[in-house]
Amino acid sequence: MVDQKGTVQIQHISKVYPNGTVGLDDIDLTINAGEFVVVVGLSGAGKSTLMRAINRLHDISDGAILIDGEDITQAKGKALRRLRRNLAMIFQNFNLVKRTTVMRNVLSGRVGYYSTFKSTLGLFSKADRQQALANLERVNMADKAYIRADELSGGQQQRVAIARAMMQSPTVFLADEPIASLDPKTTKMVMDDLKRLNEELGMTVIVNLHSVPLALEYASRVIGLQAGKLVYDKQIADVNQTDFAAIYAEAGDKE
Amino acid sequence: MNTASIEGKFSQKWHLKGLLITLLIGLIFWASVRDIGVETTFSWDQFWQLLAEMAHPDWSYFPVIVKPILQTIQMALVGTLLGTLLAVPFSFLAARNLVKNPWLRGLVRFFLNIIRAIPDLLLAALFVAIVGIGPMAGVCALTVFSFGMVSKLFYEAVETIDEGPSEALTAAGANTIQTIVFAVIPQVVNPFLSYFLYTLEINVRASTVLGYLGAGGVGLYLDQTLSMFRYDRTAVLILGILAVVLVVDSLSNHLREALA
Repeated sequence: MVDQKGTVQIQHISKVYPNGTVGLDDIDLTINAGEFVVVVGLSGAGKSTLMRAINRLHDISDGAILIDGEDITQAKGKALRRLRRNLAMIFQNFNLVKRTTVMRNVLSGRVGYYSTFKSTLGLFSKADRQQALANLERVNMADKAYIRADELSGGQQQRVAIARAMMQSPTVFLADEPIASLDPKTTKMVMDDLKRLNEELGMTVIVNLHSVPLALEYASRVIGLQAGKLVYDKQIADVNQTDFAAIYAEAGDKE
Repeated sequence: MNTASIEGKFSQKWHLKGLLITLLIGLIFWASVRDIGVETTFSWDQFWQLLAEMAHPDWSYFPVIVKPILQTIQMALVGTLLGTLLAVPFSFLAARNLVKNPWLRGLVRFFLNIIRAIPDLLLAALFVAIVGIGPMAGVCALTVFSFGMVSKLFYEAVETIDEGPSEALTAAGANTIQTIVFAVIPQVVNPFLSYFLYTLEINVRASTVLGYLGAGGVGLYLDQTLSMFRYDRTAVLILGILAVVLVVDSLSNHLREALA
């Protein structure tokens, strides 16, 4: 467990937006390698902000985030890009380039390993092309490799996004509300994909979710955020169904 | 302020602001008409005579104008292509979502604004003075003119792209150039091609009159036939230009619809 890669140490981080809004408020938590962590909380609780702080799509105001001991919040240029390679991410809106083929989308996940020159000319190695196909195979999308991404359904696009993220050979897999725009059937497929990455490849998986039942079904650890604060953190064995009422209750019982 | 009235204030009830503005515009218009002397020099007789002569085109003149018309199209094509190619890097530098530094972006935009402020005919006159009479001056003028127009259309296209793919590429550890190549360019290729065709349409029209200033193309012949009062030949030229413009327009419209 000690030498397994994929540990994320979040050390007292805070995020205050320029307009004074507090996004994250002194969050301190260590996510161990190989965990399947589900982050729950209301919209605006800071789930997305926390996730984007981990791979530094957002800068934080205070604190540090160590990825296997290296501080990403201080990294610059090449060092930052090298750290980001280890942190794959999938999104609520899939974020594929819709006008290009599935294959090219998947290969684009690998550009962090290439020089500007080589990647611009599309000179991907044979091994990486094979890896791209293998990753598509893993999410059952190999037969769609050469069609345009906008011809796919939402669920299929998310699975392609997973294949793309896997091209990074990541140690940590971040998923920001990956199933928010999917139907129940594809939701299960995507969540199963993530579960397999976690169990078979040993990746640390961090997922933002709205759905408590899904959290209970897949997570090994559940974290709750409320108004930017860490209010809940339990291993799945210790979780009580009734715990969640508190996380979701205070903003009014509308849901 | 007396609030309780359902009809609002007096000025609102009678649209005082609107009335005053309309009155002002009317006044400016009337003064302009009077100062220019509209009506005083317009002769309907001459107009009908010209139209009557034009109604009998001298078709034997047609073979003479084929070459200059082709040259006009070639000028437009080369000028538009060069201007468009030049515009690509500048449009990326001027796009808010790619260049976060407001000073660099502002500088590039300022430069583009200045270029765009120069009318095409003025550019033609300038380049005739620089490179001499001939189609080269026309190509230069059209290049600069297209550059100014296209770069603005381009950077606005870049600013409307979906930021999601760029975010995904950044998250994957791509650098700025890789993000542009993999996430931005695939999204803007079609609008870029569409704007290129649109500019070509405009340039084909513009290039027909550049010859007046000695910048090559069919304009020179327009000038000659008009000054020799050979309206029957002018008619052939106008019909020829009309045909070319119609063909280029419909071709470009067709292609642009396919691109959308």
